[in-house]
Amino acid sequence: MTTHAAALDRGGMDATEVGMGVYNMKLGMWVFLLSEVMFFTSLIGSYIILRAAHPDMFAQPGEVLNVPLTALNTFLLICSSVTMVLAFAAIERGDQAKLKAWLIGTALIGMSFLGVQVFEYIQLSGHGFVPSVEGYSAAGAPLYGTTFYTMTGFHGFHVFVGVLALWYLVIQAFRGKYTAANHGAVEITGLYWHFVDLVWIILFTIVYLI
Amino acid sequence: MEYAEAQAGAVAGHEGGASTKAYFVVFGTLAVLTVIEVLIPTRLGFPKNVQIILLIFLALWKALLVALYYMHLRYEPKRLKWMVIAPLPLAVILVLAVLTEF
Repeated sequence: MTTHAAALDRGGMDATEVGMGVYNMKLGMWVFLLSEVMFFTSLIGSYIILRAAHPDMFAQPGEVLNVPLTALNTFLLICSSVTMVLAFAAIERGDQAKLKAWLIGTALIGMSFLGVQVFEYIQLSGHGFVPSVEGYSAAGAPLYGTTFYTMTGFHGFHVFVGVLALWYLVIQAFRGKYTAANHGAVEITGLYWHFVDLVWIILFTIVYLI
Repeated sequence: MEYAEAQAGAVAGHEGGASTKAYFVVFGTLAVLTVIEVLIPTRLGFPKNVQIILLIFLALWKALLVALYYMHLRYEPKRLKWMVIAPLPLAVILVLAVLTEF
């Protein structure tokens, strides 16, 4: 197999399907991620606009939200990005054992992130910070609560989907589906996972630190 | 010709990826930047406006590192890079246009 063919076969695609310089499955993932950019922009943009219009209705960093706990979660997601990219690097070399190990590591860290987020939600709701006026006495709680839970909830859902995809990859890896010449699924799942990390980087800053 | 360019682009993306060392350097940078981010509102006494500018700058820096190195955008064909960059100004316009209404 020539180098060209090897590169183009990574997604299991025929070479004639190449148009943008990458195989179609990867191009499709990029297009999907760009639609996700607009989706999260609308959420984050709405939050910024509502906060700018009603600054007194939003708490300052650390007043309501647990910054150290979320910083730990941010660190977890950064770690999972490294393990994901190392899984990709491993299968590019044809190293099946390391692919499996790094994928399992990424999935477990992703689950830890979700676990911490659930713990955070339980903690916050226990203190009355829920997306409704009845459950929280501070002024503007509905606005603050709904925007917070909508943004972090949608992000958490994306992480959940990513974790499912990672476990699917793990199963397929154990069945020997991926090789140095054919590992498009690992690459595009990695793109999705890194995007989820990227969105969290922005969310963490906008929601927790500003 | 077009097809040959596409093939060359795909191969460049395949062979020109970041090294394992680069992945760890990016990881270290992301971790350090996160610590600085947490310190800005909690420990460092900058005025609010300065805090916001610094935090947004650091967040964009981190996001860029993830996109360039972990998502391998740096090593992708030029036309894919342009495709990714294209909606970003639209995203900024979306926020700024509505923000001016308030």
